[in-house]
Amino acid sequence: MPSVVEKKKALTFQELLFTLQRFWAEHGCVLQQPYDLEVGAGTMSPDTFLRVLGPKPISIAYAQPSRRPADGRYGENPNRLFRHTQLQVILKPPPERVQELYLESLVAIGINLAQHDIKFEEDNWEWPVGGAWGVGWQVMLDGQEITQFTYFQQCGGMDLDPISGEITYGLERIAQFLQDLDSIYDIVWSRNPVTGAELTYGQVRLHEEQQFSAYSFDYADVPSLWKHLELYETECLALLARAREVLVEENTDPLQVLRFPTLGAYELALKCSHTFNLLDARGAISVTERVGVMARIRNLIVGVAKIYAEQGRLTTAA
Amino acid sequence: MPDFLLEIGLEEVPARMLASAEAELLKRTLALLMREQLIGAEPAAHSYSTPRRLAVIIRDVLAQQPDITEETTGPAVKIAFKDGAPTPAAEAFARKSGVAVSDLKTISTPKGDYLAATTLKRGRSAAEVFAAELPKEIAAIYWAKNMYWRPGKPERFVRPVLWLACLLGEEIVPVTFAGKTAGRATYGHRVLSTGDAFEIQTPDSYLAQLEGEYVLADVELRRQKIRKALDKVTRAVPNARWREDEALVDAVTHLTEWPDVLLGNFEPAYLELPEEVLVTVMRDHQKYFAVEDVNGKLAPHFLTVTNIALTDENAPIIRQGNERVLRARFNDARFFWEFDQRTPLAERVKLLDNVTFQKDLGSYAKKSERVRSLVGVLAALAISRDALLDAPAIEAAATLAKTDLTTELVKEFTELQGIIGGLYARSQGLPATVADAIYDQYLPASAGDAIPRSAEGCILGLADRIDTIVNMFALGMEPTGSKDPFALRRAANAVVKILAESTLPLTLSDILTAAAPTPEVNSKVKAFFNERIDFYLREARGQAYDVVKAAMAAGTDDLRDLVARAEAVTAVRGSEDFLAVSAAFKRMKNILTQAHAKGDIASSVVDHDLLLDPAEKLLAVTASAAASAMEELQKERNYGEALRVIAALRPSIDGFFDKVIVMSPEDDIRANRLALLNRTLEDLSRIADFSEIVTAG
Repeated sequence: MPSVVEKKKALTFQELLFTLQRFWAEHGCVLQQPYDLEVGAGTMSPDTFLRVLGPKPISIAYAQPSRRPADGRYGENPNRLFRHTQLQVILKPPPERVQELYLESLVAIGINLAQHDIKFEEDNWEWPVGGAWGVGWQVMLDGQEITQFTYFQQCGGMDLDPISGEITYGLERIAQFLQDLDSIYDIVWSRNPVTGAELTYGQVRLHEEQQFSAYSFDYADVPSLWKHLELYETECLALLARAREVLVEENTDPLQVLRFPTLGAYELALKCSHTFNLLDARGAISVTERVGVMARIRNLIVGVAKIYAEQGRLTTAA
Repeated sequence: MPDFLLEIGLEEVPARMLASAEAELLKRTLALLMREQLIGAEPAAHSYSTPRRLAVIIRDVLAQQPDITEETTGPAVKIAFKDGAPTPAAEAFARKSGVAVSDLKTISTPKGDYLAATTLKRGRSAAEVFAAELPKEIAAIYWAKNMYWRPGKPERFVRPVLWLACLLGEEIVPVTFAGKTAGRATYGHRVLSTGDAFEIQTPDSYLAQLEGEYVLADVELRRQKIRKALDKVTRAVPNARWREDEALVDAVTHLTEWPDVLLGNFEPAYLELPEEVLVTVMRDHQKYFAVEDVNGKLAPHFLTVTNIALTDENAPIIRQGNERVLRARFNDARFFWEFDQRTPLAERVKLLDNVTFQKDLGSYAKKSERVRSLVGVLAALAISRDALLDAPAIEAAATLAKTDLTTELVKEFTELQGIIGGLYARSQGLPATVADAIYDQYLPASAGDAIPRSAEGCILGLADRIDTIVNMFALGMEPTGSKDPFALRRAANAVVKILAESTLPLTLSDILTAAAPTPEVNSKVKAFFNERIDFYLREARGQAYDVVKAAMAAGTDDLRDLVARAEAVTAVRGSEDFLAVSAAFKRMKNILTQAHAKGDIASSVVDHDLLLDPAEKLLAVTASAAASAMEELQKERNYGEALRVIAALRPSIDGFFDKVIVMSPEDDIRANRLALLNRTLEDLSRIADFSEIVTAG
């Protein structure tokens, strides 16, 4: 059956990213670069997880490659990826009628709302390891989930005030939708403006999917991963312990408070989280161990969130 | 009298919460109006909801509360006046009442003369009442999950409030909630309307104006529109119908403001996958209705309910999108189906070592071991009582029952556990008895479900659940109040239903004994089961609470017998003789209790030589004859006839109480009469304790 979508007019993958970034920049967002560490979702970038803490307003948008080792399929499943790309928008506090703003962004990427069926269906987000949750929706476009929309309520086990609105676009899914394709790998990533030659998602990324699926499932060295986990954890815990000495009211050295590397501690916690995901993909974590290891990582991530909030309070007070 | 309208505009409310919130808003608004005397006794009131709004309209509201004249009593006259002059007490009372001392009057009471003041309490306008009280009612609406959104966290609600509209007749009532003050502006459909606010003229024009902006606010009308559209669209497929699904109709009704229905298709090749999987993908993951042919067989089509009017232009686009999504999901399911088959269930038994059942109870491998030995015991017991059973098949089913937890398909569609196992068992060539028992193991999942189709399936279901219940109780994890994290009540309900509705010759104590709890756990579990049996008899069998109590007092072990006894009692309880006998039983019980309190402990051995009065002789004879007759009838479970035998005792019981004084001053006579009553009660209470039957009124 011929497609009813005019494929040539649909945005390429990179145009989709440009357009959304431009849209949110024009609506007052700071454009941040992707975080340069392995994360499972845009939410885990410090630009979301830490910036939603505390009272300071922020509007920020960034693309975030998100690694989920267990989701890899060696590039053989047309709808599942080891690494997908989220466009993450954080609005703190969320403006009135933020849904309308979001719908405008869909118009900007070429979705004529009158030609589609759009529903906001309840979908509440929860990341127990980060002590974080929120309420919101999955946005359904003609039966496809294209966005996760969340009002953050808690993070690092702490109530948020003001809360943040989080909009997470699944870029591959949206591109697949716009270009009407059955396989992610067929998405047109870019089109040469001179020659019209197209480069597909598969040409750009398939080898990554093949190799990282193999690494996550077959090659990653389990004893080494356990060692990595322990090393990162030990250093993170040490920093958290130092934080309890440095980040106190009685500390009269404001520079020491300001320079305390909470962000460094957070990176160590993220490393643990990714290492855990690799071990999980390798099938190296038994069900009984699982709960315990997750509790260890939660301890790190929630611990970092608490000192980040405390550091913010001390430095604003000073 | 003016009509009243309140509309709360919201960001999309979760579909599952809308119906109860709509009803609660109506109830609260009506209660407020009643309390404040602003409506008559039988007001005409309606409520409405869509994902983006909750609304109520109440007809004929008083614009003004009536004024109320009140008389208040003040200090005693002798304190209020000294030498004819008012004291500070009189002045204070006058001030408090808002009148001059000269306007106070004197009233006489039994305690002497007192000052009194007549005051007029001005009624408030309805607008004042709404402004003051309605925000509290809105704030009090229950939501399963709430959120904060405004800085400073002034209130929690299900989702951010976008607007309020509140009118009394044509006038705005400026109710304020969540930082919004009500006006007359509202919004239409997100896409089909302009997106601009428009003004509601009057409560009367509200529904029509919304409809003009593509919002059907009446939930029932939306539901009908969806059902009609489903019928109409399905007619495009010859000899087909959409598969009825009330819960799904409900869900899509609460997801749309302007619903329409679209027919989509999928490759017939996917029909090779089990129907259960296809339907779950469509219903649970995509909210699509399945289409079936006249024989109920799945057809390669689906129906999706859109929140937009379909046109020749948008329908092909929306269809194409939905078909692509479904294709991807079916592809996934097919991949899992084929992938899982590479490891047969038998090879998955050892994988259960790695699946935790509960941290203190170990893995599913351990649980399967326990259940396998339990089904062995229960099957042997049932066979010893002449049941026809395939014991090896039950043990095989118990061994494999949980292996589907290790399959990708169950990880993807957890709601299909058991069913997937049964399907794999069948496709891997296991006997139908084994496959069906695995397939049915979680039945009944709710009160409306049937029990497993086979006796083998019933035994597996009983063993699995009694194992969970007894072990959880042993760990002290019994349900408390509204907390039942392991769904033990549901498990026990299923046990009761299977025992009561299957033909298995097994009793509750049979399966409890097989699970071998400690005496302490045993008594706790028994008490727990008594609650579930009581619940089953009342809710599933519709028995009155007193009949349930009466029948349960005569035994709760053989559940099929218990149901038969309760139903027999219900059948005769309306008859005059039976009620009279019940009342007499109550009287006998009271006499025995009182005598017991005084130290007269009744035996059940009657000395016929000590029976003096003809009336007591008659009762002894008739009751004893009735007891023998009943024993026979009870063996045949002919409880109807047995109860008629009891009812027929009425003349001799009545005669006894007319003529005989039980509490005779002579010790031996008294003791013998008490023994007669005790014996009669014992003999005749084996069907039910009739003294529990409520006879008055």
